[in-house]
Amino acid sequence: MSTPALSTRALSKAFGSLPVARDIEINLPVGARYALIGPNGAGKTTLINLMTGMLAPNAGQIFLGGEDITSLGPQERVRRGLARTFQINTLFAGLNALEAVTLAVAERRRLAGRFWRGVGSHSETIDEAYEILRKLRLGDSCYQVTRELPYGRQRLLEIALALATRPKVLLLDEPAAGVPPEESGEVFEAVAGLSDDLTLLFIEHDMHVVFRFASHIIVMVSGAIFTEGQPAKISADPGVREVYLGKRKHG
Amino acid sequence: MTTATTTLTPQAYLQAQSRWHPLEIVFWLATLLPFVLFPDYLSLASQIAITALFALSLDLILGYAGIVSLGHAAFFGIGAYTAGLISKFGWGEPLTGLVLATAAAGLIGFAVSFIISRFRHFTLIMITLGLGLLAFEAANRAHWLTGGSDGLQGISIWPVLGLFKFDLYGYTAYTYSLITLFVVFLGARRLINSPFGLALRGIRENWVRMPAIGADSRSHIRKAFTIAAAIAGLAGAVLAQTTENVSLESISFQRSADVLVMLVLGGAGRLYGGLIGALIFMVARDQFSGIAPQYWYFWIGVLLVTVVMVLPNGILGGLSHIYARWRPK
Repeated sequence: MSTPALSTRALSKAFGSLPVARDIEINLPVGARYALIGPNGAGKTTLINLMTGMLAPNAGQIFLGGEDITSLGPQERVRRGLARTFQINTLFAGLNALEAVTLAVAERRRLAGRFWRGVGSHSETIDEAYEILRKLRLGDSCYQVTRELPYGRQRLLEIALALATRPKVLLLDEPAAGVPPEESGEVFEAVAGLSDDLTLLFIEHDMHVVFRFASHIIVMVSGAIFTEGQPAKISADPGVREVYLGKRKHG
Repeated sequence: MTTATTTLTPQAYLQAQSRWHPLEIVFWLATLLPFVLFPDYLSLASQIAITALFALSLDLILGYAGIVSLGHAAFFGIGAYTAGLISKFGWGEPLTGLVLATAAAGLIGFAVSFIISRFRHFTLIMITLGLGLLAFEAANRAHWLTGGSDGLQGISIWPVLGLFKFDLYGYTAYTYSLITLFVVFLGARRLINSPFGLALRGIRENWVRMPAIGADSRSHIRKAFTIAAAIAGLAGAVLAQTTENVSLESISFQRSADVLVMLVLGGAGRLYGGLIGALIFMVARDQFSGIAPQYWYFWIGVLLVTVVMVLPNGILGGLSHIYARWRPK
């Protein structure tokens, strides 16, 4: 088997006496579309925080394309190609979408420390930023200040900012959280339209969406991996139904 | 605003952000008026320009990056004492004096920035306050070097470029301060509109998101803080040279607090906020202290409370809000 894009070995974390990640072993093959599901409080977001370096694990290791990144800071992981989005919008409220994505592209190109040339003269950076916005259908509203953007567009901007770092692996924490059901499809269509080389792991509660977009599902319960496998296997698993699916209405 | 700009390409839009507004040209032309209208107040005008430069330096870190400092006068003082001492020990050439004083303040600012970049909010306010007090007491204690509370005496500045002597009326002083302010302003304006300026605004707008887009916020803050410290030192040096005197007041907490008040009055995070704030503050001080020399701060207090309550983004923030409203759509 070739080197996974992202993997964890015996990853553990506890908040005091409460274990929130217990011996997590995950392998994301290159180009995978994995869904991470589980009841509230199962530790899904914690796992993303551990993988991206926003939390330090108590034990275990994280590998990005074979490289041990466990001791690297969040921005170093981003620079190596591991990006994330946030469940609760974590945007630059006072910047417009174009400025925000231009900033993210400039950071990736290592231009953001330059103070002697205007932003407006960095045409390649701006073009790249606008192209990302256009692909996510944010082109029309890119001059609007982020805090004034409709909520669904803010969710897309979350993804745009992550894409600007040109990730190899993208972790999406409930990308359509808070978006009305009739619009959440739009967010996931945008996700599905991303490049095939991009390895994706997304947290999602809506089982329609999960079964439609995921090639593989990981089920977490109380900080541990309960089971994982093909969508068909997961949906037929009586144990999964009991801990998770059984509590929800789904078709 | 959006209706007018949606037709622009992204690049043209971003370029338009940094274009000179006619009001800016009016502003800078108006800075020449004191030569004609108030020739008796050129010394005050020079002090205003110096204070504006100091406020501009604080705006870079506070207004743009959201880094609060209550000890910014430390760098102003370091620049002032450096420029004063260089002259006292025999080298009175003003321009090299400015360069050395700026470098000294920038160097110390760089060292301090390693502490600054690790903290935020309340902790940072306390740290900068503490560092400012340390600098003040160091200058006070080093009486043999700084003159302590007697002030640094014996400064003698040679004519600028060997031609323009600092005169009693303040012609040279105001010209000198104004040119320094304008040159630094041009640099600051460029910085604000650069990718680095965008990164500073990113830090201010969302500290948590910055690492998630691969940004090293601490390195950005170190750089911005060093630049701000250097400019503050430059402002102090210009004051030392134009007044041929450095008092302990130049490194005091009062000066750190005053510059913060000016920035809040004028509008932080706007290039002209510090400039307008310094102008209002200094003119108000001049006028109020004429009325009641001991209680003039009372009126500054009234002004500050009123502005903060009525115009949370400062006077410039309020004006631009009105301007945006009344502008023909």
